[in-house]
Amino acid sequence: MYLQENFVAYKTILIKEILRFSRIWLQTIIPPAITMGLYFIIFGQLVGSQLSDIDGYTYMDYIVPGLIIMSIISNSYSNVVSSFYGTKFHHHIEELLVSPIANLTIIAGYVSGGVARGLIVGIIVTLVSLFFTQISIHSYIITLLVALLTAILFSLAGLINAIFANSFDDISIVPTFILTPLTYLGGVFYSIEMLPEFWQNVSLVNPVLYVVNAFRMGMLGVSDASLSVAILIIISFIILLTSICLWLLRKGVGIKK
Amino acid sequence: MKALEIKNLRKIYKNGFEALKGINLQIEEGDFFALLGPNGAGKSTIIGIICSLINKSSGQVSILGHDLERTPHEAKKHLGVVPQEFNFNVFEPVEEILVNQAGYYGVSRSEAFKRAEIHLKQLDLWDKRHDMARDLSGGMKRRLMIARALMHNPKILILDEPTAGVDIEIRRSMWAFLQQINEQGTTIILTTHYLEEAEQLCKDIAIIDQGVIIKNCAMGELLSELDSECLELNLKTAINSPPSLGDYPVRLKNQTTLEVEISKGESLNTLFELLTFNKINVTSMRNKSNRLEQLFLNLVSSSERNTGA
Repeated sequence: MYLQENFVAYKTILIKEILRFSRIWLQTIIPPAITMGLYFIIFGQLVGSQLSDIDGYTYMDYIVPGLIIMSIISNSYSNVVSSFYGTKFHHHIEELLVSPIANLTIIAGYVSGGVARGLIVGIIVTLVSLFFTQISIHSYIITLLVALLTAILFSLAGLINAIFANSFDDISIVPTFILTPLTYLGGVFYSIEMLPEFWQNVSLVNPVLYVVNAFRMGMLGVSDASLSVAILIIISFIILLTSICLWLLRKGVGIKK
Repeated sequence: MKALEIKNLRKIYKNGFEALKGINLQIEEGDFFALLGPNGAGKSTIIGIICSLINKSSGQVSILGHDLERTPHEAKKHLGVVPQEFNFNVFEPVEEILVNQAGYYGVSRSEAFKRAEIHLKQLDLWDKRHDMARDLSGGMKRRLMIARALMHNPKILILDEPTAGVDIEIRRSMWAFLQQINEQGTTIILTTHYLEEAEQLCKDIAIIDQGVIIKNCAMGELLSELDSECLELNLKTAINSPPSLGDYPVRLKNQTTLEVEISKGESLNTLFELLTFNKINVTSMRNKSNRLEQLFLNLVSSSERNTGA
């Protein structure tokens, strides 16, 4: 009974989240498609046509996986951070706190909402990329697995950001000053082999590098990092962030007086 | 079994303010219970702790025998809450708010739609079911919160100022509705600043002041403590000075309104004989203040005197 009730509660949060971002699709679904389309035109076609191949792929082909995973990262993160912070700001988090939902169900519901938006935007960006290049997927299983794990990871990160946030400024600080630089420096637009050795080593500390390269391995079969190490790192971070979320909700940090 | 049992509940906020100083309270199943107190007395803190919105510092809260800390799932599923502030998503349609609420309690979506129809019709909101919640009037929003709280058929319903800011017609219809669900077996715990509301609806009462319960008894028992009542008499013809009415203390409020204090158990016949003797025609009469209001003010001011506040 307990599991069944929590499963219904999980579905409720997930449906609510999907309806939320679908209702405002002009703000949530379309902008990433336009932004990534511009990236394909400017970096892929205009600038990329002047550059030599990387790992045997044209520059356009090389950046497609990076741009798809970048859109998954930013959309899964921003979906959860804005939605969960909104529930705090408008006090309807109280609906959840009063109810008998388990904390893990709350986390699973919001994270699944973030995953749904991240993957939908990822699919749309993939469709946009087809206007500029032909994609042949190296491994569907790796590509889908990495996309899913990445969406889960960054949804969890967004949830932690929302739990701590006390203002709308707080939910834009992390994406602006941490997430975007790490993503841009995580090999979306280049291979770290193009960097001097020192900066190659520095880049290896950036966890987003492993995410981008694992996804590129799935799509193109080339990567700057070992796939198994990358997946291990992503799963480890998922376990770590889930534990942090559970602890924060149990303590009521940022949501209870 | 007690619907709600609170043992030695304390709350000290981070700034050092002690909002609750060891509250003990028992509420029977099926009761219509009033929790009253002046602003800042600790009512909202108690309700916040019962609803898991505020962390307690120490003490124990049990709902229908289930400890809120040890078995939160069992304890919480019996509780419905109508908070003081609107706390639904104003950007969601009315029906969706109810269906989601039911879902949080494990009620399937198809069943939730059926229940939403029943409660929206009961509370005259059925026509508004597709409207965004932000477009509802204040009274409609209050009724929406009551409908939402009932979606999982709670055995205990907590109402924190449910009729604040609604007009008298809606307030009366809400009273009738609450009485009806109480008669059907739902335990209701009510906080309100409208003491007339508490007097009309509630069987038992607790008054809290400065984090301490200063009175906890049956409503009738409390009302029987009132020593005297002040009656306001409306006169047919104007008079210029207060008449002599024997031992009754009397005050002329204005030329056509007379205030007379009646001791507990004193007959009104003598008063009217004296009024007739003085050729004063009374057209109507009412209690100057609500009886509970008078007692409430006496208790709270006496509590403040005792604590030197």
